[in-house]
Amino acid sequence: MTQLPPPSAKKLGLVIDLDTCVGCHACVVSCKGWNTENYGAPLSDQDAYGANPSGTFLNRVHSYEVQPEQGEAQLIHFPKSCLHCEDAPCVTVCPTGASYKRAEDGIVLVNESDCIGCGLCAWACPYGARELDAKEGVMKKCTLCVDRIYNENLPEEDRQPACVRTCPSGARHFGDLGDENSDVSKLVAERGGFDLMPEQGTKPVNKYLPPRPKDEMPEFDVLAPYLEPIASDGKGFVGWLDKALSAMPGGAK
Amino acid sequence: MHPASSVILFNTFSGLGFGLLFWLGMGAIVPMGSSAFIWFAIAYILAVGGLIASTFHLGHPERAIKAFSQWKTSWLSREGICAVFALIVMAIYGAGLVFFETPLALLGIIGGIASLGVVFTTSMIYAQMKTVPRWRHWTTPAMYLTLSIGGGALLSGQVLIASVLLIVGALLQVFAWMTGDTRFKASGTNMETATGLGHIGKVRAFEPPHTGTNYLMREFVHQVGRKHAEKLRIITIGLAFVLPVILLLLPFSHVLAAFAVLSHIAGVLTLRWLFFAQAEHVVGLYYGKR
Ligand code: SF4
Ligand code: SF4
Repeated sequence: MTQLPPPSAKKLGLVIDLDTCVGCHACVVSCKGWNTENYGAPLSDQDAYGANPSGTFLNRVHSYEVQPEQGEAQLIHFPKSCLHCEDAPCVTVCPTGASYKRAEDGIVLVNESDCIGCGLCAWACPYGARELDAKEGVMKKCTLCVDRIYNENLPEEDRQPACVRTCPSGARHFGDLGDENSDVSKLVAERGGFDLMPEQGTKPVNKYLPPRPKDEMPEFDVLAPYLEPIASDGKGFVGWLDKALSAMPGGAK
Repeated sequence: MHPASSVILFNTFSGLGFGLLFWLGMGAIVPMGSSAFIWFAIAYILAVGGLIASTFHLGHPERAIKAFSQWKTSWLSREGICAVFALIVMAIYGAGLVFFETPLALLGIIGGIASLGVVFTTSMIYAQMKTVPRWRHWTTPAMYLTLSIGGGALLSGQVLIASVLLIVGALLQVFAWMTGDTRFKASGTNMETATGLGHIGKVRAFEPPHTGTNYLMREFVHQVGRKHAEKLRIITIGLAFVLPVILLLLPFSHVLAAFAVLSHIAGVLTLRWLFFAQAEHVVGLYYGKR
């Protein structure tokens, strides 16, 4: 049913730490691996070894440069997958009922055997979290690894999304964002977690943690003042020396 | 947005076909017998042909029947139901004219209104998209409806009504373009809100997530050809509206009327192409593009 269920008490989702992510793309690879080998249509590639490779991914890592008014630019790696929005516009546009939001834990899923591949849900998602698989002709999106998190055949520590399990820098956290005492909710409160494109009114469950302010290196070297760079418009002796040295063969012009 | 030819053909020809069905249903022209057959055949070829073209972009057209189920929330579902209803009602009305020379007036009016309903529900698929600020405006359904009934009037040879509707259409389209050009900016969605990093400073896309292209880039980030937009807009207004009106106002001849229709169709095809090619989806921001 593409009518949204009433907001669930349990809201499973991810918290992504933009301070910690090193942009290694390990989550991208593990996501593609798990979701190709397990539930649903595999994530296909086209021309994988050719000149124009392209393929379906449920999680992608962008990198942005942010230039503050003053000081150095910062490079921020930015993983992005479905945010399992509470007011998911992708669900209500679906004509077949293939897209739905689970009443019990808020996970947004696609029933692939009902999907006609019209692509409308991908149009409705502001985040680019849905990709129509070019080979299977059905819509693919992050399932929050619904086939891992409840899977009793897996050891306890593996019952979390593949991306979270894989991340070597601990930049991804999984939990119940509907429970304000959960670890993820506390993390969001502590670090000022935010929504992407809040003005779109989707109410994403996933949150992002902002990069921490960069340290300022204090000037503490007592000799530094004596090593000031030579003025380039040197006059007198320094100016003469500069000209004389530059005139020598191999000298700087 | 990617201007897929299947969707452009659908919007252009189904719009015309349902516009013609609207006028037939309303009794603006009441042909009988074999002439009714020809009129209805033209309308059905346009309307159904367009609908069939629209299924070409589906990943699984064989499951299309499932698309009738979610009318409570989905405009696409409503459009499908409306189309089937309009086509069935108008087929009965048409059969009355072709085989019994009897206009079932009430049925015609119901079918005519349902035909407009198809055009309206189609337009709402676009107008509902918050992700495409250019489309999310009342001018989108207004344009769809005006083009459809204007084109239908042109096809059914109603010179005065067609001329008026085409002039209204031209003004509306110019207004839609002018206001649409600033709507993305006015929507308040930008790279800073997309990344949530605006509090640090100005955000620039440094490196995309992949070296090649992907579905999102192909479907939503269409920048080629936009540089000719101004010229294409002038061509659109000329072919879709101005030339047909001039041809209609000349002393009537079938050749001129045929030219007016052809010119209008060529113009509307260009208009639809621009409707998609110029529509910027907010997801482009994640790629530093629009
Ligand atoms: S991120 Fe996109 S696909 Fe996921 S729930 Fe939100 S709108 Fe739907
Ligand atoms: S692509 Fe599939 S899941 Fe998405 S709106 Fe169409 S039918 Fe629904």
